[in-house]
Amino acid sequence: MNILICIKQVPDMESKFKINGEGTWYDRADLAWRMNEYDEYAVEQAVRLKEQLPNSDLTVLCIGQDQASESIKKALAMGCDKGVHIADPDSSQREPIAIATMIAGFAKEELFDIIFTGMQSQDRGSAQVGVMVAELLGIPAVTTIVDFSYDENTGAIQVKRELEGGSKALVTATTPVVLTCQLGLNTPRYPTLPNIMKAKKKELRTVLPAPAAVDARQETSACYFPEKKGGGLVLEGEIPELADKLIQLLKEKTSALA
Amino acid sequence: MKTLLVAEFREGKLRAEYSQLIAFAQQQQTEAAMFLVGNAGELPKFNGTLYLADAAKHGEYNPTVHRQLLLDVVATEQPAQIVFLHSSYGWDLAPRIAVALQAAQISEIISVDNGLPVVPVCNAKLRRSIKSTTGRTVLTIQAGAFSLEGEPEGAPTVVAIDTDAAGRVQCTGYEAAKLEGVDLTKAEIIVSAGRGVGKPENVAMVQALAKALGGEYGASRPVVDAGWVEHNRQVGTTGSTVTPKLYVACGISGAIQHLAGMKKSDFIVAINTDKDAPIGEVANVLVVADLKQFLPVLTEKLGAR
Ligand SMILES: Cc1cc2nc3c(=O)[nH]c(=O)nc-3n(C[C@H](O)[C@H](O)[C@H](O)COP(=O)(O)OP(=O)(O)OC[C@H]3O[C@@H](n4cnc5c(N)ncnc54)[C@H](O)[C@@H]3O)c2cc1C
Repeated sequence: MNILICIKQVPDMESKFKINGEGTWYDRADLAWRMNEYDEYAVEQAVRLKEQLPNSDLTVLCIGQDQASESIKKALAMGCDKGVHIADPDSSQREPIAIATMIAGFAKEELFDIIFTGMQSQDRGSAQVGVMVAELLGIPAVTTIVDFSYDENTGAIQVKRELEGGSKALVTATTPVVLTCQLGLNTPRYPTLPNIMKAKKKELRTVLPAPAAVDARQETSACYFPEKKGGGLVLEGEIPELADKLIQLLKEKTSALA
Repeated sequence: MKTLLVAEFREGKLRAEYSQLIAFAQQQQTEAAMFLVGNAGELPKFNGTLYLADAAKHGEYNPTVHRQLLLDVVATEQPAQIVFLHSSYGWDLAPRIAVALQAAQISEIISVDNGLPVVPVCNAKLRRSIKSTTGRTVLTIQAGAFSLEGEPEGAPTVVAIDTDAAGRVQCTGYEAAKLEGVDLTKAEIIVSAGRGVGKPENVAMVQALAKALGGEYGASRPVVDAGWVEHNRQVGTTGSTVTPKLYVACGISGAIQHLAGMKKSDFIVAINTDKDAPIGEVANVLVVADLKQFLPVLTEKLGAR
């Protein structure tokens, strides 16, 4: 099978964020970067499928600045076969349809059987790109999958979609299909040292983004920190005193210690 | 301005969340119509036109077909906004409509400020307000962000709709959430472990505090996904929604999906090394500390009382 995995590089969410000069997004300076958590599940599922079907070919695609190649290398070390980096310094400012159009433009050339993406990114969190890729390619998409299996004999793909409250819908599909991956789909592996070394020899192609193929449909008016709603008490200091203060508060404000 | 609201139907039932769509439309003071692939025996309480397709024929999850039904209604109604819930149904269908209509899509709206939708980004640490530059806009609203004062009222004027479009994937059934065993919704005190516990062994610290307080222990999703705690103890949109007298969040950042499951607790304590963690927005007390040091001390002091 010919498989594409779309990944994004995002800041570590525990970073201290600052707003950029234009007031439209976070400032990229001084952040730690990593592969979008949801995409790790996408990579892992593709690698597991290749373990089942060894003739598969796994291409990992990432759009982003130069350092995005680090996340591609991680995916290669997890078991993808080759990487494509669309080197786009402006990717973080692009809206979902623009990113989806770039991915679809790439995927059109290759006829992938399955395209795995994360269900959303941790930074923008729009949950739009994967489905939009499918729509642009004219193929089906199933979102929010937490279980995947492929039957070699029938060619049927069985997935479970996660629903509110934790119940699941059982969905059957066939290739070609886009699947967007939810947390908990599998347990993403850590790249081992030998695999990290092996990954260095794998193909990693850098291509330039095609000129913008879609007109802008939305713009960020402002990006800002939420107002602190107040009321909440922040306790800082030495551990034993913190514990005493908290116990005192629990006695005064709750019946928990009654 | 006309708004089309997309209601949901699952496992043979109308999803009550449709009232949040009505609340959104009321807040925007727009004229609204509703779309539903559901069942005539279970109509939403709504004054206006309801475009109703039959779920028995068209399926409850059948994106290609629902997309066509909805696009047909958009062609008749010509709404300026098409509003979905930001739910497993909504975030699946909305982008398909946005692509077909070449419309801007704005996801997970929590409020509208000066006419502009506001969405949370970066695990709710930041907000973005967004301006659509297309004539028509597709919106998804965050679960719980908009609500009616009372119960929804009214009776819709039903317009039956149909299509010959065929589906490309098949929903063959449902699997219930595994919630047997402990029922967190009944617990009066809950102490929950988040990814900040770092490793499975440290879950014991959270369990020990729960025991010292005479409560139950729970967890955020990553801890459950990692297999450190059972799913029946997960708090949040895809776990349980709890309202204890005391909720202690240990090493939990406060993502929207977690908050949705616990923010109605009477008293919330958060223990977090990050003073800016969004859990601080709902916490009555935020203890800025490393839980690995803090929890054992707190538990010991509680035991010694
Ligand atoms: C559709 C959907 C449904 C979801 N459903 C749920 C759900 O039901 N429940 C749920 O919980 N999540 C759910 N999630 C996931 C959610 O978005 C977050 O990813 C998740 O809640 C994060 O869990 P966390 O706070 O434990 O981890 P993180 O966000 O990684 O936060 C860890 C926190 O621990 C703190 N920390 C680190 N080390 C320490 C230390 N030593 N001492 C103290 N603090 C420390 C950090 O500062 C940070 O704030 C869902 C997501 C989606 C997309």
